Amino acid sequence: MTQGGIWSAIVVAALVSFAVRVLPLTLIRKKITNRFVRSFLFYVPYVTLAVMTFPAIIEAAGTVAAGIAALAVGGVLAWLGAGLFPVAIASCVTAYLIGLIG
Amino acid sequence: MNHGVERKKLILWGLRDGFPIGMGYFAVAFSLGITARNAGLNPLQGFVASFLNHASAGEYALYSQIAAGAALWEIAAVIFIANMRYLLMSASLSQKIRPETPILKRMGAGFCITDEIFALGIAAPGWTPVTYLGSAFLLAAVMWSGGTATGIAAGNILPENVVSALSVAIYGMFLAIIVPPARKNRIIAGLVAVSFLLSFLTSRLEWLSTLSEGTRVIILTVSLSGAAALLFPVRDEETEGEGAA
Repeated sequence: MTQGGIWSAIVVAALVSFAVRVLPLTLIRKKITNRFVRSFLFYVPYVTLAVMTFPAIIEAAGTVAAGIAALAVGGVLAWLGAGLFPVAIASCVTAYLIGLIG
Repeated sequence: MNHGVERKKLILWGLRDGFPIGMGYFAVAFSLGITARNAGLNPLQGFVASFLNHASAGEYALYSQIAAGAALWEIAAVIFIANMRYLLMSASLSQKIRPETPILKRMGAGFCITDEIFALGIAAPGWTPVTYLGSAFLLAAVMWSGGTATGIAAGNILPENVVSALSVAIYGMFLAIIVPPARKNRIIAGLVAVSFLLSFLTSRLEWLSTLSEGTRVIILTVSLSGAAALLFPVRDEETEGEGAA
């Protein structure tokens, strides 16, 4: 992408994420009552993040073994309640070590 | 209490809570910077993009879209989907901001929303002071943006296998967001498993893999979340301040 294209993409992304964050807080002063809308918005983050994580983690890690290992270690640590930072680091270290072996 | 003194207290409170968040942000943003570098961004662009978007999933989507040479409307749609959870958080936080707060201050509070800052806002006792949120956010966001810029700059001097390993950090962070609620809620656990499976299949099936990455994410997110909302509507209290925060 050209430099101009990259700046345009940054501006578009900034405007959309600004609107998403600011509009409800500015406009809504009453509670959302529609159950479907509430449920839909409740499930969105999990589906989006899961879809973006797998199988992309395998491509990022370089090999299938490193990707699966990073996913497994990160998943288990997160399951055990480790925070965002330790899980991220553990996944990286796992991918690196398995990458060295493989 | 003197107004200036109270303001100073709120700012210090925000800085204290914002700093540990910023530490985690720096490391994750560093790995995001590597993705941004691969998409062709320079450190300044990374800093600006990170400061304005300040969302891991959203920025990851942005850099992937730039790398794929996506159209602007496609980028807008993907950012909207990736950041959709902020609609819910913003709506939820609207109940915690003093009703007589001026509109510009309300907009400022909205701009501050990230998964972690939202959690601070919900956890604050009583009405959430916008000054407190703003101060926590500014410190954390500067560390986040600095991390991205550093990742773009330093990604160049690191060996390829280290860069590859670091780029996994962002997925580790996504796991840390989705797995703990999945442990507590069987429907979320099932939904995550189905999402993994369908994401894998749609990226492998030849006739589906011609879709762009962003379109694939949008279609899967809307259809799976919609199906889950129809099949397993949540009770009101479940959506209160839980989400991905």
